[in-house]
Amino acid sequence: MRRLLIPTFTFLIGLFIWNSDASAFCGFYVGKADTKLFNKASEVAIARHDNKTVITMANDFKGDVKEFAMVVPVPTVLEKEQIHIGDPAVLKHLADYSAPRLVEYFDENPCHVMLYERRSMDALKSMPQAASARPERERALGVTVEAQYTVGEYDILILSAKESHGLETWLSENGYKIPNGASAILHSYLKQNMKFFVAKVNLTEQTKLGFTHLRPLQIAFESPKFILPIRLGTVNADGAQELFIYFLTKQGRVETTNYRTVRLPEAQEIPLYVKDKFGDFYRDLFTQQVKRESERGVFMEYAWDMNWCDPCAANPLSAEEMRGLGVFWQDNQTVMPRGKSFMPQPQAQNVFLTRVHVRYDAAHFPEDLMFQETSDRSNFQARYILRHPWTGTDECPAATAYRQQLRERYEREAQTLATLTGWNISEIRKSMDIAALPTNDNKKWYQQLWVN
Amino acid sequence: MSLDRLKTQFSSLDPRLYQIASLSTLLLYGLLWLHFDVSPVQIIVTIGTAILTQYAGARFYNLPSFDPKSPLISALSLCLLLRTDHLAVAALAAFIAIGSKFVIRWRDKHLFNPTNFALVIMLAGGLGWISPGQWGQVAWFGFLIACLGSLVVTRAARADVTLAFLTFYVGLLFARALWLGDPLTIPLHQIESGALLIFSFFMISDPKTTPDSRAGRIVFALMVALAALYVQFGFFRPNGPLWGLIACAALVPLLDYVLPGSRYDWSKPSTGRSLDSVVNPVFAPLSLSPHQQRRF
Repeated sequence: MRRLLIPTFTFLIGLFIWNSDASAFCGFYVGKADTKLFNKASEVAIARHDNKTVITMANDFKGDVKEFAMVVPVPTVLEKEQIHIGDPAVLKHLADYSAPRLVEYFDENPCHVMLYERRSMDALKSMPQAASARPERERALGVTVEAQYTVGEYDILILSAKESHGLETWLSENGYKIPNGASAILHSYLKQNMKFFVAKVNLTEQTKLGFTHLRPLQIAFESPKFILPIRLGTVNADGAQELFIYFLTKQGRVETTNYRTVRLPEAQEIPLYVKDKFGDFYRDLFTQQVKRESERGVFMEYAWDMNWCDPCAANPLSAEEMRGLGVFWQDNQTVMPRGKSFMPQPQAQNVFLTRVHVRYDAAHFPEDLMFQETSDRSNFQARYILRHPWTGTDECPAATAYRQQLRERYEREAQTLATLTGWNISEIRKSMDIAALPTNDNKKWYQQLWVN
Repeated sequence: MSLDRLKTQFSSLDPRLYQIASLSTLLLYGLLWLHFDVSPVQIIVTIGTAILTQYAGARFYNLPSFDPKSPLISALSLCLLLRTDHLAVAALAAFIAIGSKFVIRWRDKHLFNPTNFALVIMLAGGLGWISPGQWGQVAWFGFLIACLGSLVVTRAARADVTLAFLTFYVGLLFARALWLGDPLTIPLHQIESGALLIFSFFMISDPKTTPDSRAGRIVFALMVALAALYVQFGFFRPNGPLWGLIACAALVPLLDYVLPGSRYDWSKPSTGRSLDSVVNPVFAPLSLSPHQQRRF
């Protein structure tokens, strides 16, 4: 029997040393880094469970809508009911909810106790180029228009083809500008049995509907492929492109399987003056992290259970909003009567949000992004801290000690900021006016030891 | 000291010592530079559980010696690959890995590679996950050199299965890229996974769970490579090789029956040819049991 005890015991030790690091945050949210900070940014929301996938694609296309077109490789031929127009406001809400944030804490009177507060920020976006589409000519080129729909303000075509040159010729003849070099990629997708989802704006419909901006396109399909095709977008890109992906899953966090998924530095204390330039701070921090990962990293900005947030850059999405984004697995919830209770509107359940941000180009991202859903439900947020010093005039030994360590703390914050963003340290010090702070350099160590 | 003497000295060491050194170095690098999602506590729990399970198994089955090297390799591989939020899962994985060696056996050989078996159970149960993309080029390339070095320095009598698997797997990935008309940067990017290296050099190479004859091992490597690629491009699932090896494990007894060879002994590495013990009479100072006996 003793022989059996050892493995059993070992297993139990494992159970008991179980650690839980459920740390809650406190403080006040002050701001977020908007996705609009970044140029050429696309936003994609992917709701996925059991191979059933809903992709919402949004872009910040600024030109003449006549010029707008988009070609997306898709794993299956889509029925009209599988295509939908999303609400840009919901996507915006999702972006705000998950944005990198700035929080602020206020030091308490050291003569009493220590307490806090806080603030936050958010982040960025855009989408790839696209294209639009006669029977004899189609046959000659080996291109099949599998389906053709008008959904909202968009004309949609689902194309399959025998070979890429035919497809490329067909697209060009039908007014789509196909960049040089796209042929090889189209060829590869065709061999992998992918279809092409092609969308352009139907001007008549758009005028009728009265929208001046392009609304997000949504597609729903079932496929074991958990990928995001980015290769076509890299062909003619002048420079890297930004992509924000929001994953809505049931089980847990999503990560890339063929690139490194890296957590951004978080919970760092930074100088107070960053409050007014949080956008610049976050953009430079991101660029610095991209360099650190040799431009091959995919960065996690947020991973959180959709039921709550702390601090909240925006309220969690409602069950209805989640459904709009394709979350089909939620329990049917009865809407609570309004006005009767303090209960908030029913929140999304069983939804875990992962937000990743990737800056990609052909040289560093040769392959499409591939993902997997993990069982990891640990929370993560890109959160940066401003800590306001106590400015009271009380005198006590603790206050003296507190004032003496401030300069050191500011210096530490300056260095953190320089490391995170690559900004010039002496300029940071100047902006912080560190030199004006009382110094205790001339004191001996033992003089600082027993302050009185 | 002449190069020959140095070589003899190295080759007289148990190849597993070299493996332990390279896996530990990689784990340390992963922790410090790549920020692997594995806590020191999880590492301690995994290694502790693996060694204690081996000890318990050795006592229970009345083995004459307790050798922590094999469980240590399994535990280090688990630390490098398995990710979980719960220490209990890490402990369970280590327990299943080592326990499977004692329990799931066929003709006095364990059927599954311990690490592979535990990983597949954890993945299938949704208890943990593997992050195959977390390595980065530097770590991958460094580890590749270390792995190849181990084949040269140690008496890698059964490196054939590793080399055969890598040849088939990488070859087929390149063939696929050529067929698709993809740039070769794509297959090069696809093989840049630390998980693939651990698999090739530490799992499929396990002499205890591969066919005894060289011909058998090469056929086996081909089957695993095909299964792995099917998982990847047919089912679109990550970690193809792990599933491939589990799926092909049942072929080992069959291949041993069709293509027989001599059983492997860590203290007397051999290619499985019957004359090996005469051709390659390497003295094994670390061997605790010079006599033929049951080994795990």
